[in-house]
Amino acid sequence: MADNLTKATNATTDIRLLWAWQTVVNRLSGVGKGYYAWLAISSALLVAGVAAGIHAFVVGYSHLYNCTREVPWGILISTYVFFVVTSTGLCLVSSIGHVFGSKDFMPIAKRSVYLSILTIVAGFLVIGLEIESPHRMALYNVISPNLTSNIWWMGTLYGAYLMFMAVEFACLQFDRHKLAMYAGFLGVVSGVAAHSNLGAVFGMLTARPLWYGPYMPIYFIASAMMSGCAAIILFTWLASKVNREPIRGEMAKAIDLTRQLGILMICVIMFFQTWKIIAGLVGGELERETFLTLLTGQYAFNFWTLEVLAGMVIPLALYILSRGTNMKMLFWGSLSMIFGIFFMRYDLVVVGQIVPAQFEMGVNEYASLLPYTPSPHEILVVLAGFGLVGAFFLLGEKIFAAHRVEAHDEETHAKKLTVLETAEKTE
Amino acid sequence: MKINGTEFDEKESASPDLLSPMERRAFLKLGLAVTGVFAGGAILSLTSAVQNAFASGGHAKKYPYKPHYSMLVYQNRCIDCELCLEACVKTNHVPKYGYRTAILEREAPKSTGTKREFIPVLCNHCNRPPCVRGCPTKATWKDEKTGIVMMTYHKCIGCKTCIAACPYNARYYNDERTSVDKCDFCFDTRLSKGFKTTACAEACPANARVFGDLSNPSSEVYRMVHQIEKTVWVIRPESGAVPNVFYTRG
Repeated sequence: MADNLTKATNATTDIRLLWAWQTVVNRLSGVGKGYYAWLAISSALLVAGVAAGIHAFVVGYSHLYNCTREVPWGILISTYVFFVVTSTGLCLVSSIGHVFGSKDFMPIAKRSVYLSILTIVAGFLVIGLEIESPHRMALYNVISPNLTSNIWWMGTLYGAYLMFMAVEFACLQFDRHKLAMYAGFLGVVSGVAAHSNLGAVFGMLTARPLWYGPYMPIYFIASAMMSGCAAIILFTWLASKVNREPIRGEMAKAIDLTRQLGILMICVIMFFQTWKIIAGLVGGELERETFLTLLTGQYAFNFWTLEVLAGMVIPLALYILSRGTNMKMLFWGSLSMIFGIFFMRYDLVVVGQIVPAQFEMGVNEYASLLPYTPSPHEILVVLAGFGLVGAFFLLGEKIFAAHRVEAHDEETHAKKLTVLETAEKTE
Repeated sequence: MKINGTEFDEKESASPDLLSPMERRAFLKLGLAVTGVFAGGAILSLTSAVQNAFASGGHAKKYPYKPHYSMLVYQNRCIDCELCLEACVKTNHVPKYGYRTAILEREAPKSTGTKREFIPVLCNHCNRPPCVRGCPTKATWKDEKTGIVMMTYHKCIGCKTCIAACPYNARYYNDERTSVDKCDFCFDTRLSKGFKTTACAEACPANARVFGDLSNPSSEVYRMVHQIEKTVWVIRPESGAVPNVFYTRG
């Protein structure tokens, strides 16, 4: 009796797996050549970047990465920040709908949660290939935790965040909306705590006046919302191309609301940045020198063209001009914003270090800007992060049937019934 | 107490003219020392004349460690012979690409006296070390007995937060040890084996580096920090790290 029950259970499991596999294969086949081409490019970037990172790990990061004693954090740290900021932003913006109950934001929920998982994993991938001994982290974070360390809190809370987001995504897949809401709420709480701790990793370094202070954790949260809006609009547009479905109806409404939130967040960040700069210019020599490097010095192009123009002014103009209906304008605005934000993170991390922290001592060794340019290996690892997000976004659009809320469930249910009926007839 | 106009006029003036020359001199000395004029203005100055402004122990009223290891650097005595650096490298097996201690050079072409000076720098073994606070795995820690900021190499994950956090650029990543490395006042290589001073202090022919116990009144470090005739300062006091390496001239 028990044997028969076990056999029956196994058979059902087999059938379900078969059904799942068939569904995935069906959804991934018969797609346009462009889709496969982008999937191949993204996957190639991922593989090449991971290979470069492993190569650097084996040879020694000091030989293949350009970080130094004076500039210990380079493009990989700023890219990590970029990805986790985006992830937190996706989580926060999407939570307005499915956690806090604003129905108009609901259509973007599933895709946003999925993308927030992808971007945090991309962040972990990049930092995993930056930290010298990540294997020790797994052990000593647990058996030798330092509770005063923001890095410790950030790592631990982001771990929890990833878990909650994964649970939430699974619950959304299986239509367990109440459970998804609780997991989503915990995701928001741990995400905000983790992300503000990331800001505090910089903000609590008293030796570095550019970063020190409560500004960084606050800025990081506001900045995450801005990134989240851009990412949602960008990926929704890309998804509409991948799935050959125009953005309309409820989704168009949700995108318009995201656009409005985006406009607000760009203005908030502009306001924050302006006062940070004005305050910095009347601060100590070190702070002043850092902001002058950004405003008129070596990094002026990065600041004015990439951060201000591409990251804020163009997106703001396009978001406003689009009136929420011109999707192409919204796409270009979002792409420009994400491109600019990448350099915002880079400048924040790198320019915060290239003016020597001991500048005010007036000694020859710390009289000029410190050099840092990313190495080819570092750039490849950065591209691995983008490759991961690209490849799994494309796969996700097909495997999870365009993250549709209603249609997806009906389709799944119908297919499930068909497969089960066929299996029963065969038996 | 209510003071009417007549009473006020009869009060003795508080004009600086009425102060004795000694009082005035002491006051000016204190002011110059606090504002860092003695240090050339570039390094903020602290002096033992200011209550609670000791780089170490100022808040605790007493020294938190016994012995409270610290170093006094006579900045003008250093001639950049680098014997201290050689001794450090040899004693602590420091690789060519890194250093635990260095000598910085400051030029003052418009100075009426010496036009250049050398500043030996090393880990300041701060009482509130930002590196220790930031380390996620307690790979770097403050020894409760001696106050030395130590490393447990096998716990270091190489996140380099401590390097970014250090106000003194005293840390570097050591590939061979697969860990961040730093000065430990030669604890592993000398103090724990019965030596009384660090390799750099011992090697210095000009006695520019004086290693000692800040809690011991017979130590030269103690005597120099607890006097008001000569200015004693620390580097980057604004970082709040409460360092234990003191600088003076003489």
